[in-house]
Amino acid sequence: MTSTATRPRGTRARAAIAAKTLRTDRWWFAPLITVVGLSAWVIYATVRVFMHKWYWVEEFHYLTPFYSPCVTDRCVENSAHIGTFLPGWWIIPDAALTLPFLLLFRLTCYYYRKAYYRSFWLTPPACAVPDGHQAYSGETRFPLLGQNLHRYFFYAAAIISIINTYDAIYAFHSPKGFGFGLGNLILLANVVMLWAYTISCHSCRHIIGGRLKHFSKHPLRYRAWTFVSWLNVRHMQLAWITLGTLALTDFYVMAVAAHWFDDLRFIN
Amino acid sequence: MGTKRQFRIWRGDESGGDLQDYAVEVNEGEVVLDVIHRLQATDAPDLACRWNCKAGKCGSCSMEINGKPRLSCMTRMSTFEDDETVTVTPLRTFPVIRDLVTDVSFNYEKARETPAFAPPADVAPGEYRMQQVDVERSQEFRKCIECYLCQNVCHVIRDHEENKPAFSGPRFFIRAAELDMHPLDAKTDRKEYAQSEMGLGFCNITKCCTEVCPEHIKITDNGIIPMKERVVDRRYDPLVWLGSKIFRRGQVPQTSVTSEHHSGAGSAQSGVHSHAGGSHDARSEAQAQKGVNWHRQVPHPTAPPLDANGKLPLTELTFDKAAAPSPFGDDVTFPLPPEHLNFAHPQQDQPKH
Repeated sequence: MTSTATRPRGTRARAAIAAKTLRTDRWWFAPLITVVGLSAWVIYATVRVFMHKWYWVEEFHYLTPFYSPCVTDRCVENSAHIGTFLPGWWIIPDAALTLPFLLLFRLTCYYYRKAYYRSFWLTPPACAVPDGHQAYSGETRFPLLGQNLHRYFFYAAAIISIINTYDAIYAFHSPKGFGFGLGNLILLANVVMLWAYTISCHSCRHIIGGRLKHFSKHPLRYRAWTFVSWLNVRHMQLAWITLGTLALTDFYVMAVAAHWFDDLRFIN
Repeated sequence: MGTKRQFRIWRGDESGGDLQDYAVEVNEGEVVLDVIHRLQATDAPDLACRWNCKAGKCGSCSMEINGKPRLSCMTRMSTFEDDETVTVTPLRTFPVIRDLVTDVSFNYEKARETPAFAPPADVAPGEYRMQQVDVERSQEFRKCIECYLCQNVCHVIRDHEENKPAFSGPRFFIRAAELDMHPLDAKTDRKEYAQSEMGLGFCNITKCCTEVCPEHIKITDNGIIPMKERVVDRRYDPLVWLGSKIFRRGQVPQTSVTSEHHSGAGSAQSGVHSHAGGSHDARSEAQAQKGVNWHRQVPHPTAPPLDANGKLPLTELTFDKAAAPSPFGDDVTFPLPPEHLNFAHPQQDQPKH
């Protein structure tokens, strides 16, 4: 069979392939599980934030991270460390000072962006699967141009992690004096994971050393950068782990505060 | 002893085409490209397929296998079930020439638009000294084999043809990152250029480029996101701006980028010289005979001829020579005489202060 070579010229047509995707694997599974996981967490967190109770265990000084720092005049005495200067309307979260920043930190996080762009916005739902939009301008215009503010929310999240650390340490000092139980370990594990997630952030990696052109002139920053890079590779896992530890910590504090079960005490 | 396996291969050209079924023998240890070669030798001698090294290093045999952008020479048949039909199609993002061969000249146009390495003004070649720790980030991106699977899978242009003029794609974002991280690159506005001219903002970091890269380059985490963060440094972060003002350190001050960048092979800029070939200046030539003269004038390069569309005639089928034109210009032949080994700084025409 003889064929004639075609000469490339101007704008040419793509291959006429009828199927939108020819992938045969379960490409839809990852976006599906992401939608389920994130939706479940958001629903749980929303319910808890507007529940306005069972967030403080007076006996052991446990404060759930969803209410830290507690700043409305509805806050239980001793649970508010920096004052109660906001009115206690039900629509205002008791941690109104920090929750918006934490939400925006995760919303603009490079991992979560990938997760929700793929699973909720379908741009694209999976690689080599068409995105579900007629036109696409990416992060070049408002409001998605605001994703560039991630660094500010990283700064805020670092400060909030300090507050959470204070809460975890403060819980070792209950009205009876020093002591700790399972709740302390959960609070502590949560804080460690929160720090790991916050430090592994791409913005942190850049600020720590990524922006340098000469690592050899900044050996300490280079060492810090290699550590953050090591964590950064695990950013996705840490993002999911911290969602789990936050929900678990909150649930444990809620359960102990509501007297569904007692805290398992090891000392005092 | 081989077994018969089912293949569906897209056959056609720009006027149309469809998937055609083939039953072909497959032996142990073979890859998809082997099967395509067997088809060419048996049932489909006119099946068009681009390939070269069969070792995953030339980047020629990019295609889509069961809907996934892959190198066919690196896709083992053992990864498929025995009764699985393997569907092979050309890259979707680029115009098809015939069967599995696409016209990837979009990528070469974007390559020409990407500013090259800018040598430092005060360091002569031969005096370049770099610490390994300073160049290893850039070296990751040098692994790129230019298979253009990342360009093909990127939904910004795969699903939106209209974005092609404004979007260079992941391969050239890592090129920009490579140079911006290079310890000796003197160009200071790569971040602004990447944002305003290469379309960095279109990327929504869904990481498909990283997923398909056969060289396992962390395109998104190590290239695109750092470039985005460097843009943030310049445009959106007042703390960094304040720090650089107070301590007078950090990176270079804000610069502006206009759209007056050149594209096309023939756009030799004023003052840019060929890095090879002899000088037309007799005095410099005489000096060169005594040893290497780093600063002699060399003639401007002759750009290779372009076709009617203003593009390089990149296909050997239609070009009047046996291979692609020399990027050094047709006036330069190799091997160069040793006394002509030379370097000319791009800014050597500019007056010294």
